[in-house]
Amino acid sequence: MTAVHAEAADTHGDDHHHDHKPGFFARWFMSTNHKDIGTLYIIFSIIAGLIGGAFSMMMRLELQDPGVQFLTDAAGNPDGHMWNVIITAHGLIMVFFVVMPGLIGGFGNWFVPLMIGAPDMAFPRLNNISFWLIVPAFLLLLGSAFVDGGPGPGAGTGWTVYPPLSDMGHAGLSVDMAIFALHLAGASSILGAANFITTIFNMRAPGMTLHKMPLFVWAMLVTAFLLVLAVPVLGGAITMLLTDRNFGTAFFSPEGGGDPILYQHLFWFFGHPEVYIMILPAFGIISHIVSTFSKKPIFGYLGMAYAMVAIGVVGFVVWAHHMYTTGLDVDTRAYFTAATLIIAVPTGIKIFSWIATMWGGSIEFKTPMLFAIGFIFLFTVGGVTGVVLANGGMDIVLHDTYYVVAHFHYVLSLGAVFALFAGFYYWIGKMSGRQYPEWMGKLHFWGTFIGVNVLFFPMHFLGLQGMPRRYVDYPDAFAGWNHVASIGGYIAGGSTIFFIFIVFYTLFFGRRAEANYWNVQPQSMTLEWTVSSPPPFHQFDIQPKVK
Amino acid sequence: MKNKYFGRLSTFVLLITGLLLYAFPALAESMVGQPHDWGIMLQEAGSPVKERMEEFHDLLLIIISIISFFVLALLVYVVLRFNSRMNPKPSSVSHNVMLEIAWTIVPVIILIIIAIPSFKLLYYGDRTPGEPDMTLEVTGYQWYWGYRYPDYEGISFNAYMVPDDEIDTSKGQVRLLSTDNPVVLPINKDIQILTFGGDVLHSFAVPALGVKQDTVPGRMNETWVRITKPGVYYGQCSELCGKDHSYMPIEIHAVTQEEFDAWVESAKEEYAAYTPHPETPVQDSKPVQLATIEE
Repeated sequence: MTAVHAEAADTHGDDHHHDHKPGFFARWFMSTNHKDIGTLYIIFSIIAGLIGGAFSMMMRLELQDPGVQFLTDAAGNPDGHMWNVIITAHGLIMVFFVVMPGLIGGFGNWFVPLMIGAPDMAFPRLNNISFWLIVPAFLLLLGSAFVDGGPGPGAGTGWTVYPPLSDMGHAGLSVDMAIFALHLAGASSILGAANFITTIFNMRAPGMTLHKMPLFVWAMLVTAFLLVLAVPVLGGAITMLLTDRNFGTAFFSPEGGGDPILYQHLFWFFGHPEVYIMILPAFGIISHIVSTFSKKPIFGYLGMAYAMVAIGVVGFVVWAHHMYTTGLDVDTRAYFTAATLIIAVPTGIKIFSWIATMWGGSIEFKTPMLFAIGFIFLFTVGGVTGVVLANGGMDIVLHDTYYVVAHFHYVLSLGAVFALFAGFYYWIGKMSGRQYPEWMGKLHFWGTFIGVNVLFFPMHFLGLQGMPRRYVDYPDAFAGWNHVASIGGYIAGGSTIFFIFIVFYTLFFGRRAEANYWNVQPQSMTLEWTVSSPPPFHQFDIQPKVK
Repeated sequence: MKNKYFGRLSTFVLLITGLLLYAFPALAESMVGQPHDWGIMLQEAGSPVKERMEEFHDLLLIIISIISFFVLALLVYVVLRFNSRMNPKPSSVSHNVMLEIAWTIVPVIILIIIAIPSFKLLYYGDRTPGEPDMTLEVTGYQWYWGYRYPDYEGISFNAYMVPDDEIDTSKGQVRLLSTDNPVVLPINKDIQILTFGGDVLHSFAVPALGVKQDTVPGRMNETWVRITKPGVYYGQCSELCGKDHSYMPIEIHAVTQEEFDAWVESAKEEYAAYTPHPETPVQDSKPVQLATIEE
């Protein structure tokens, strides 16, 4: 990354700016300002995260002991459908309404224009509609839980929405509502992605070539391309599902010449890039934090940037490793095994480059750095179990077990979510103008770190022993580790409540933050540290130049 | 700073070691065919495919543990050695071509070491090594399994989970795993398993045998098993199939050929008059077959 000497930016704070902030309603409901929209996204993501997290707590409560204690129907019998609705909602909310809005809509909107020296996003009104599509999407999804699904209220299809369960297995309106929610969320992502691509390609400050762009911007650029290429495929798949359900087509039903496996191919052609959509922005954030707190430039900047490009490209040709047990031809499985293993190479480059960035540094262990170091190790653990699962022969015994649950929670719940927290602590001073108390952040980190590891590590054992996913009740032999996992879940849940306290404390009582409150050194400098905290409503009165 | 972090780390290591020591004695009691309390590894193998999976997993576990501990060790070293107290002046190194080539090449070599046995396992697990000795047809329904023995006329039945309140532990029944009509299979025979979908997707899975094959409407999928140890093998549906997904287990009794022949005779009588449960579709005997098997 290049050292940015931003002599042009005005750092005098907003006092003598004529900001012309609109009134409350116009500012927050008709917003075209990238920072305000970013703020809206972050608030949305936190609220959705609390709802999705509440579902996690329900799941851990139910799984704490064998037998069904809580999720029972009126007669006291186990209500497996209610369980399915909860796991479906948890998955969809966390993916579409927490991680994506938080990392892409939130931090992306806030910091891509700032980092490239642009006054705003390329299409501010498009930005506004992106946000206001995701709100009704979320309401539709939540609302679907109260509408008849067929076997009971709500859609109990899993986040993958596989037919025929989502078709003939769910006769009610609920799945249609969930599909429409995904349509809106998908449209929101595609519009946002188009906006990011245009902004990044056309609105960089003079002198900022692609090879001088901050890594977070690189990450957002690759992510935006993945979104534009992958989400329309999901849109197609769920539209076909919708017409199968309502208009008599038979894309996925064998009775009419269709094939349920076709849906899985379409879904995972979207679904696998989707996991990189969630983790690439995290990679970008971690790179900046590691560089800032090690007081060193990013090690192997170009390798880091092109590793993300490689992950994005290869991510499109590995989708069927989610389908090893569906009856794919053995040669097909062999290809997908090989292609999937290859992804470990660029991912390894990133892990080692982060460590090399820290090597020889003068590291300060502020909260964002703790989350970043935690991310590097836990993402490694989640990555290596991914290498195990990549093998078509091995996956047979692990597919759809808790081993998979452990794997993707290590890369997402302990990867992407750690990056969300890291980014929050790193930038909250910049965004709000107020700094969180350091000891609170550290306490939150240790609580979360211990909680999620106690929660998810035993799931490897459960999976190896054969406990299937998406089970409301399990054979008694699985009781021990499930109990341990639930305790970890409560620790992590408690830490999250503490995090909410930190957010409010910071916003109301946090001490004022200076423009460059982390004392970011020139070798790690990005343009957001050259403007005041919070930045003026319209930043960069004079266009910054990058040498 | 150094001592503080070192203290936390050693506590963490002690905790993990303690947990593992606590868990390992559980490995001693070997029970083929089902999970056991506090188990942390794959279920004991009951088939050659699963044995190869175990071997391969042992290799993978060693490799991924080395990688994880290597990364952990690097991080610990960096944290202890390059914190702002120990190293007030940061270096400005940002490139090292040899190092970057090394951490690209070495993972590739490791992946090749993984890929070779991986492909062997994949192809070995695909089909019976020679002509199958017999065939078992499995159909997944909401929420029970339909079984058919095409080599033995007239043996066809459904298997439902034994409800919790009818579980008889004196007969060795296990909650959520035992079924009313167990599948009986001979040991040391190459058994072809064909799976069909009756309504929505299900997945026929028996962890100890290394078998997991989705049952897909409109398709016939194939896998195989040779059971090497007599005993009772349990499995559970492994593809979300609706409200009773958790309640459609698989119970397989692996017996000697003589015992199996005897069972066939009795089963022909027992299931001749078998009336499927009322909710079973009328034409459940043979689902649509879209493909025929080669050989």
